Amino acid sequence: MSVAPFFNPTRQTRVLPGFHLALGYTLVYLSLIVLIPLAAVFITSATLSWSEFWAVVSSPRVVATYKLSFGASLLAGAINTVFGLMLAWALVRYSFPGKKLIDALVDLPFALPTAVAGIALTALYAGNGWIGSLLEPLGIKVAFTPLGVLVALVFIGVPFVVRTVQPILEDLETELEEAAASLGANRWQTFTRVLLPVLLPALLTGFALAFARAVGEYGSVIFIAGNIPMISEITPLIIITKLEQYDYVGATAVAVVMLVFSFIMLLAINLLQAWSAKRTGRDR
Amino acid sequence: MSIQVANIHKTFGSFVALDQVSLDFPTGALTALLGPSGCGKTTLLRIIAGLETADSGQVILAGEDASDTHVRQRRVGFVFQHYALFRHMTVFENVAFGLRVKPRRERPKEAEIRQRVHRLLDLVQLDPLANRFPSQLSGGQRQRVALARALAVEPKVLLLDEPFGALDAQVRKELRRWLRRLHDELHITSLFVTHDQEEALEVADQVVLMNRGRVEQVGTPNAVYEQPATPFVYGFLGAVNTFHGRIEGAHLRVGEATLAHSEDQGEVASGAQAVAFARPHELTIITDPGHDAGIAASVVRILSFGASTRVELDSLTPASDSELPIHYEVMLPRDQIQALKLVEGQRVRLVPSRIRIFQSQAA
Repeated sequence: MSVAPFFNPTRQTRVLPGFHLALGYTLVYLSLIVLIPLAAVFITSATLSWSEFWAVVSSPRVVATYKLSFGASLLAGAINTVFGLMLAWALVRYSFPGKKLIDALVDLPFALPTAVAGIALTALYAGNGWIGSLLEPLGIKVAFTPLGVLVALVFIGVPFVVRTVQPILEDLETELEEAAASLGANRWQTFTRVLLPVLLPALLTGFALAFARAVGEYGSVIFIAGNIPMISEITPLIIITKLEQYDYVGATAVAVVMLVFSFIMLLAINLLQAWSAKRTGRDR
Repeated sequence: MSIQVANIHKTFGSFVALDQVSLDFPTGALTALLGPSGCGKTTLLRIIAGLETADSGQVILAGEDASDTHVRQRRVGFVFQHYALFRHMTVFENVAFGLRVKPRRERPKEAEIRQRVHRLLDLVQLDPLANRFPSQLSGGQRQRVALARALAVEPKVLLLDEPFGALDAQVRKELRRWLRRLHDELHITSLFVTHDQEEALEVADQVVLMNRGRVEQVGTPNAVYEQPATPFVYGFLGAVNTFHGRIEGAHLRVGEATLAHSEDQGEVASGAQAVAFARPHELTIITDPGHDAGIAASVVRILSFGASTRVELDSLTPASDSELPIHYEVMLPRDQIQALKLVEGQRVRLVPSRIRIFQSQAA
């Protein structure tokens, strides 16, 4: 009895099999989950004429929400980048009692229903809350102001930078810092010239994620924002308001603007990230 | 600049890394700190550099107590085993780093930085690669960049932590010779840590042998190889045959056999337990079956490549405390082996031409 040859006689040109399957799967999945729903938004808004569309998306009340949403999200992303780096640094470089506990706490804003976060933050920062009552005499009002929006956005964005920077920091040899010190660099020079360039791609990724999450955030913000038109209304709220008034087309028109804005910003951050990754030699 | 360390003591938890170490490194010499891993040699180097602090004791650089001086101010060049190059900087920028971070008053002008970096890159023969990134270089090239970077700040001493440890054998040999040449050109007081005895003996002017946080011996490569001060040094520097036995006057009794020794009778007490060492080239093989002096052994393997041949043998009588036969190694010139006509499995006797005896610490 002859035994069939065990090997496949057709020539394999790739070491890793299943390229076509993987690519096909990726495209179908991405289309079903992301592209088709987003396309539907564009199609719905396309029922408006250009001038109608422009009238909806450029009304003063809507424009004020863009400013708040994107402004506060950028600021929240920036704050989270600075403090997320510090948090990640402390978690990687030092050992202290309760470190594991703090490490687990970092992820909590991911798990918490955003409405819970919103209610908790509002209770704390309202004029009669624990923190709010301390800030009020100083003339700082947090709840029901744009500052409140910022606080909520910072809260929900905490894990992103920490979790993107942490593994890079863990890989970073302390020898690099020792080498810089033996060459005469002080702590600040070591940080800005040796550590920061290496961490920059991860920081940018974390920033992009925190920013994107903040732009889309709804649940935690609406409680603390107070939603005063022209002052503390965010774009997602405008969309919900329009939906509640059965103005589906108007809602999707605003959504389109948000989508395009967000896409441009994320693309820019990604390009910046790729550029800095190339500079640090991570690409090669 | 001279380096001295006095009574350095360092512990990590309950582990004593350095136990009251005092050493004096002469100006302009290339000294090797040699020892097995965990002997404290790297810790000592890091304490001299200021990257680690001793629990007690002093580091004296050029006659001044530098124990409390920060690594930034010590003016030592440090080369790491894994290069520690800044990977986001080109070779040029890596070397220029030490010059660029100087306070503005001391910082050289851009043109001078350029000139100095190119001169250093010439010195390490890497000038054509100035615009490459570290990831585009081979291991040997990276270590040369690291060396140029350390030299850029004109350090008074150069400290190298297993500089060739991460390289393969061929490159290591080449870099070794190159480091020696470089040192002969610059005459900067240098210290390098290694666990490779061949490397230490080949490159250094002076070798410091360390074991378990203590200094075992200090001397020229020739001195430590020819006159090892302790059993540890004997065992660590090159292959060695060991004989455990008891002193009987001018002889050492090893099991059934006796070996003549030439030690001073006053130094080793008769009747004492002792251990004797002989290098592979200090043993003679006697094939005459009528000969009854020396240690009986059988030939296990004959490895002949190169000018000399290595013969591996096993003792016929196993050691009293273990069932495994004791292993011996003999190195002979090729023509002698051919005259002996040895075959594997043949029974022979081993007679050392020279042995060195150390009285056993424990009886």
